Amino acid sequence: MAVTTMPQTKSKSGFRRSLLEPFLDFVRRDRLALIGILIIVSFTLIAVFAPFLAPHDPRDMLRREDGTLARLDPPSLRHPFGTTNLGRDVFSQVLIGTRAALLVGFLAAFFVTLIGTNIGIIAGYYGGWVDSLLMRLVDILYAIPLIPFVIIMMALVEPSIWNVIWGISLLTWRTVARIIRSQVLSVSQRPYVKAARMAGCSDFRIMYYHIAPNILPLALLEMAFAVGWAITAEASVSFVGFGDPTVISWGQILHMVFLTGAIRTAWWWVIPPGLAIALLLIGVFFTARSLEEVVNPRLRRR
Amino acid sequence: MRKYIVRRLVQMIIGLFLVASVTFLMFRLLPGDPTASLLDPAFTVEIRETIIERFGLNEPIHVQYIHYLQSLVQGDFGRSFYYRRPSLEVLGDKIWNTLILMLSSMIIAYGIGVIGGMILSWKRGSKIEWGGITLGLFLRSAPMFWTGMLLIMLFAFNLGWLPHSGMRTPGYEAATTFAKFFSVDFLRHLLLPMITASLYFLGTPLLIMRNTMLETHGEDYIELSRAKGLSEWRIMILHAGRNALLPVITAGALFLGQALGGQVVVEYVFGWPGLGREIVLSAQRHDYPVAQTAFLFLAFMVMLMNLVADLFYSYLDPRVKLK
Repeated sequence: MAVTTMPQTKSKSGFRRSLLEPFLDFVRRDRLALIGILIIVSFTLIAVFAPFLAPHDPRDMLRREDGTLARLDPPSLRHPFGTTNLGRDVFSQVLIGTRAALLVGFLAAFFVTLIGTNIGIIAGYYGGWVDSLLMRLVDILYAIPLIPFVIIMMALVEPSIWNVIWGISLLTWRTVARIIRSQVLSVSQRPYVKAARMAGCSDFRIMYYHIAPNILPLALLEMAFAVGWAITAEASVSFVGFGDPTVISWGQILHMVFLTGAIRTAWWWVIPPGLAIALLLIGVFFTARSLEEVVNPRLRRR
Repeated sequence: MRKYIVRRLVQMIIGLFLVASVTFLMFRLLPGDPTASLLDPAFTVEIRETIIERFGLNEPIHVQYIHYLQSLVQGDFGRSFYYRRPSLEVLGDKIWNTLILMLSSMIIAYGIGVIGGMILSWKRGSKIEWGGITLGLFLRSAPMFWTGMLLIMLFAFNLGWLPHSGMRTPGYEAATTFAKFFSVDFLRHLLLPMITASLYFLGTPLLIMRNTMLETHGEDYIELSRAKGLSEWRIMILHAGRNALLPVITAGALFLGQALGGQVVVEYVFGWPGLGREIVLSAQRHDYPVAQTAFLFLAFMVMLMNLVADLFYSYLDPRVKLK
């Protein structure tokens, strides 16, 4: 059986054990989670070794054996996913594109979780006007749609992958903050938090040493979802043509197909990058689902 | 109740004012010259200055801000640099086009998702449940613009059944407003973008409905209904389903906001003349008044939908008191 209590011990080793144990247990029992983690690990390996794995330089305009430009060649042994209208190898482009997706996905999710969790803890712990102020800010941010926001931001600043990451992070923390805050509200009422306060612990110590470990599983779950949004957002923004022009990403590959009208014939240019996005996100969501069962034991299989 | 609505409306107006201010700052303070698209380099200095003055771009930023707020209150959203018309006029119809596409796909997605989620929870532990969850997660993972491209490739280019872009066949003139939105031509254009969006939206209600249905399973009233000898279908839909619906609606309200933003790519792929496509086009043309106005309208729509969802929620669950 899985360990159902959340970590409440203060010793460091006990903390790590009880935090990871239910998760590892689920990976062992939950096949979807295992598949999810395998998918993420595979994509990470592809991203790291992309330059060695790619058979061609993704920007090279390749020629056929008779010397003509390999324009829109269907898949073959030489080009597993065919070529683009300029004779570029789609397979190599998709491999290299993994880097942008993972970079944006994980970095943006990290910032989102970092900002969201801290604001959530502060709002939930202090309550009162601090809470109202921060939550009104969250309410207002909720009204701003993410993808249009990033598109307009990219139109105003120099389109670069870092600006895409900032654009996503600046807005998406709202969800994490709201969820973490409500959890902190309930955790702060627990006896051991009151005991810590009686013992004279500083606010900082209570917030980050006593409360934070209890909301960590929830924060991790939100981070997994944030990876999903960030990857989708980056792909969407690149697809409509506001991505970093110097970085090859899956969204940008699809932008080129759409722009050149090759969508009429070149199915080999359309399917692989989209499938790569879907596959990576499935890996993320499978993992998130198993985390969700750790966080919310009522969903578990009986 | 009335007090609550008035308070929420006041909050909404304050929220809109803040979003408008953020938008203003975003457009003025970020690097990049808003006049670049307006001015042809071939213009003489005098013409250049006249144009800058006409659009009020020569004044200090706080004066521009006050002018901006004054005109917003008067319903003046500025003139489009590109169309040379008031931006409200440019966007007027497009708001409706966006709403039609979004609401129709949302209704389809929620209808199928809620029923599907009920069935999944009832078939717990079976292959159907496993397959349903995987399908739900896959639908949420496939980016909308890609699904749209696949559907275009299949139904528009290969089979030639449906148009690949636009909202009406060029040259088609509707006789009445009713015919404008209920003609066969319009529905044929609506079908593909609607399917694309609803496939993506479907995953969320499906999975949430399943989860909340699972929580009702052990409840006493379900046992009681079973003891009364009611059929499983009746218990599932009328007893468990009704109670599980609430969180789905809350999640749906928040999801509407996300959907409005995400729909940008669907409108772009299908050339659907809505707010989202106009945001992309105006950002490309550096037509800031239109981009700004479209952005404000999206925010306004999200706020309005959240309010409606809250009211609907309290109607469905009388235990929830609005204060």
